[in-house]
Amino acid sequence: MTYITKPQLHHPKLAANSLGYTRRDYEGSVSTLCAGCGHDSISAAIIQACYELELPPHRIAKLSGIGCSSKTPDYFLGNSHGFNTVHGRMPSVLTGANLANRDLIYLGVSGDGDSASIGLGQFAHSIRRGVNMLYIVENNGVYGLTKGQFSATSDKGSKSKKGVVNHDAGIDLVMLALQMGATFVARSFSGDKAQLVPLIKAALAHKGAAFIDCISPCVQFNNHVGSTKSYDYVREHNEAVNRLDVVVPRDEIQVDYAPGTTVPVAQHDGSILQLHKLAQHYDPSDRVGALAYLQARQALGEIVTGLLFLDPEARDLHENLDTVDVPLNSLNEAELVPSLDVLAKLNASLR
Amino acid sequence: MSLEAVNDFVVKFANVNGSGSASANGMFAKSILRMGVPVAARNIFPSNIQGLPTWFEVRVTGAGHLGRRGGVDLMVAMNPQTWDRDIAEIEPGGYLFYDSTKPLPREKFRDDINVVGVPLTAICNAAYQLPRERQLFKNIIYVGALAALLGIELEVLETLLGEQFKGKDRLITANVAALKMGRDYVAENLHPLGLKVVRADAVGDRIFVEGNMASALGAVYGGATVCAWYPITPSTSLAEAFTGFCEDYRTDPETGKARYAIVQAEDEIASIGVVVGAGWNGARAFTATSGPGVSLMTEFIGLSYFAEIPAVIFDVQRGGPSTGMPTRTQQADLLAGAYAGHGDTKHPMLLPADPGECFEMGALAFDLADRLQTTVFVMLDLDIGMNEWLTKPFEWDPERKLDRGKVMTYEDLEAGKEFGRYLDVDGDGVPYRTYPGVHPTKGGYFTRGTSRNPYARYSEEGSVYVDNMQRLLRKFDTAKALVPAPIARLAKRATREGVIYFGSSTPSMHEALETLDAQGLHLDAMRVRGFPFADEVFDFIAAHDRVFVVEQNRDAQLRTLLVNEGDVAPAKLVPVLNYDGSPITARFIAGAVGGLMTAAARVRAPEAAE
Repeated sequence: MTYITKPQLHHPKLAANSLGYTRRDYEGSVSTLCAGCGHDSISAAIIQACYELELPPHRIAKLSGIGCSSKTPDYFLGNSHGFNTVHGRMPSVLTGANLANRDLIYLGVSGDGDSASIGLGQFAHSIRRGVNMLYIVENNGVYGLTKGQFSATSDKGSKSKKGVVNHDAGIDLVMLALQMGATFVARSFSGDKAQLVPLIKAALAHKGAAFIDCISPCVQFNNHVGSTKSYDYVREHNEAVNRLDVVVPRDEIQVDYAPGTTVPVAQHDGSILQLHKLAQHYDPSDRVGALAYLQARQALGEIVTGLLFLDPEARDLHENLDTVDVPLNSLNEAELVPSLDVLAKLNASLR
Repeated sequence: MSLEAVNDFVVKFANVNGSGSASANGMFAKSILRMGVPVAARNIFPSNIQGLPTWFEVRVTGAGHLGRRGGVDLMVAMNPQTWDRDIAEIEPGGYLFYDSTKPLPREKFRDDINVVGVPLTAICNAAYQLPRERQLFKNIIYVGALAALLGIELEVLETLLGEQFKGKDRLITANVAALKMGRDYVAENLHPLGLKVVRADAVGDRIFVEGNMASALGAVYGGATVCAWYPITPSTSLAEAFTGFCEDYRTDPETGKARYAIVQAEDEIASIGVVVGAGWNGARAFTATSGPGVSLMTEFIGLSYFAEIPAVIFDVQRGGPSTGMPTRTQQADLLAGAYAGHGDTKHPMLLPADPGECFEMGALAFDLADRLQTTVFVMLDLDIGMNEWLTKPFEWDPERKLDRGKVMTYEDLEAGKEFGRYLDVDGDGVPYRTYPGVHPTKGGYFTRGTSRNPYARYSEEGSVYVDNMQRLLRKFDTAKALVPAPIARLAKRATREGVIYFGSSTPSMHEALETLDAQGLHLDAMRVRGFPFADEVFDFIAAHDRVFVVEQNRDAQLRTLLVNEGDVAPAKLVPVLNYDGSPITARFIAGAVGGLMTAAARVRAPEAAE
């Protein structure tokens, strides 16, 4: 959390997108996270993705829970409404916000402590309901704000900064999201902006529950030998199954159809995802196959990144509830309050 | 000796849970209502689906006393498990109605009561082959028999059966036949009782409805569009009724789409989380729960208080603490509602006394939540929530607007109005808010549970925190004038003694006041209907030497709130407490208060002589 605003001065020739916004318009307050924190890289990726997607910043609602990661919404999209809720409970608040106004874009930011421990239930249920959102977990495998305890995503056998070995099995949020029915599932690395930015863009364009687990090393408490969430470990064990480009509908669509290497996937909003396969047999439309692949690679100590699963025909919570197309918070008395005739009939039926 | 009474007696049915008696007993109550005689019905049921004892009490009350009286004039003893305690409850001269198929030893009865035996099992076994039929129709047969014994018109019961099984003629015919079996047995073998139902015109246009249903309808008229809930007795039927009403009345006629969103959440924490999120984003949202749910929601309620987000909670109170008595009634969440949260928190509460007020306050709660930007509790209890009460019909002013409170719009922001999310512009402690997404460059802010300055910027400055907390107190003071005012009911003669009460105790309290008055014991009375308490409440206390506080919990929670919020001398407030899980009775109040008043008079008399 910070109260330090960024200086208003900026280069007059900063490029603006078609809405007239520069990158600065997508920034927020000055980060007070540790220098080198992976979370700041994720914030930068969010800023770049929103700028490139040409989203009006104020139409994005950013919500978080409690923890280092949950402080980060203060550091991007300064003109958006943000909500730093309570520990682990961001998903329910985001669900309610989404129900109130389906026209906004919802970005939930959470951490492994927030989402994999106290908030595991809310994480799972928001995913299974298909809330239209991008849910990012900034996963550093450690409790940073309370100085270095293991989190529930810490891998079994990994070591803390003090050399303590973790004997508990780690929770893999990607596999959980797949099992819970997430319709967009990805994993990335805060140190791989080239991969992360298009994933965020694609997830924001996705209609339904989109989840990105982003390994984000904690430079203070979990960036040492023995950690499986350090910069070095992730760089050495990262196995990207694909690369992604997002072509938004307003651009001329040019897709490389080279067989066997690129898969074009149309999303609800008309954007096209160009999915470049790296792992030859990986199929991101196969939920069961994705789970098996992830488990096999995890057993080898590898961290699979990229777009792991996508259902381009996903339905979101509003569709499941069959709500009206306009935001519920915009309905007026005439649309909400039944007539006096209704009341008269009800009274008559109760005598 | 035989009791004799016309339109003024208590019938209690002792049944086994799951035996299908509920609809038959309910039909019995409603038939008397259809004859123009008021009834007060109470379902007393176990936390169990099948097998344990359950009771249904019907007070026939030509005088319109809608609380429980106490005592039983006619016991319909259909449960061998509870036979002894059921017999013990009957008033001297009262009546026992039982299944006389098998003879019972003399010691199973009482000499001072009248026994009415009908061989229900024998009649059923002769008429029906299937065990389930025998069980269900036995209930209808005893209703037919009771109708004949009490003078209830069979045509009224037939009409009710016709309504209940509309379109299912075969069921109507079968049930009417069963009714007649009971009636015919009585006509041929027994005489009418001294207790009689005589057609009257004392019901008027009142309706017979549960508080939960009325609250749900209040939420519909109050403009609630988001409901998130988790099943818990006794609040579940509130959310279910809201769902039904929305399906009927909140569907877009052109598209068939829903103008509402209802989520059965994974738990109470998620329920209130959804409500807070929706409230933050400008929708009217609520949850329905009971005490254990409020415990789980407490963290979010604190967030709602400090981050100033509208939310409505219908708390249908039950017996606590912990799991307590889940299907019994209490008024034991007052302190939890008033102060839920850590740190210094206070929440407005509305205290309806009957389903009519559940409807009104159910709608009002949403205006108040938006106006005050905080959690507002509607404090029902199981007695109001799950029992059908005779109450005034639902009324609505078609000109009434939903009060969205202080919301700064795009036009306001464009016009250059200063926006500080927690800025007290009007001096009433209530700031302006904006809905997310309203303006590209103005009105955005960060909502958080941590301390912040009037412009919503994080701050740990002590003075900033204190200013904010003081503003929240000002806001709570503003709420005093917005919650429903208390209602005073002055004694016929001037008195220095008073009584304060609220909620479901109200009808029993009113009857007790009449009883006490007839005994020459005069009390001024005040019913509180909202928290924070209006100044009139404390003026009332100041104007009396002693004030009884009648409530349904062990620790005198209303009294504690009065002492705490009004700086009242505790000795001045005398607790009168009923907390056995059954609704408070007029006899209990009159006995307890009357006893205390008489005892005090005895103490004063010698002093006066000196």
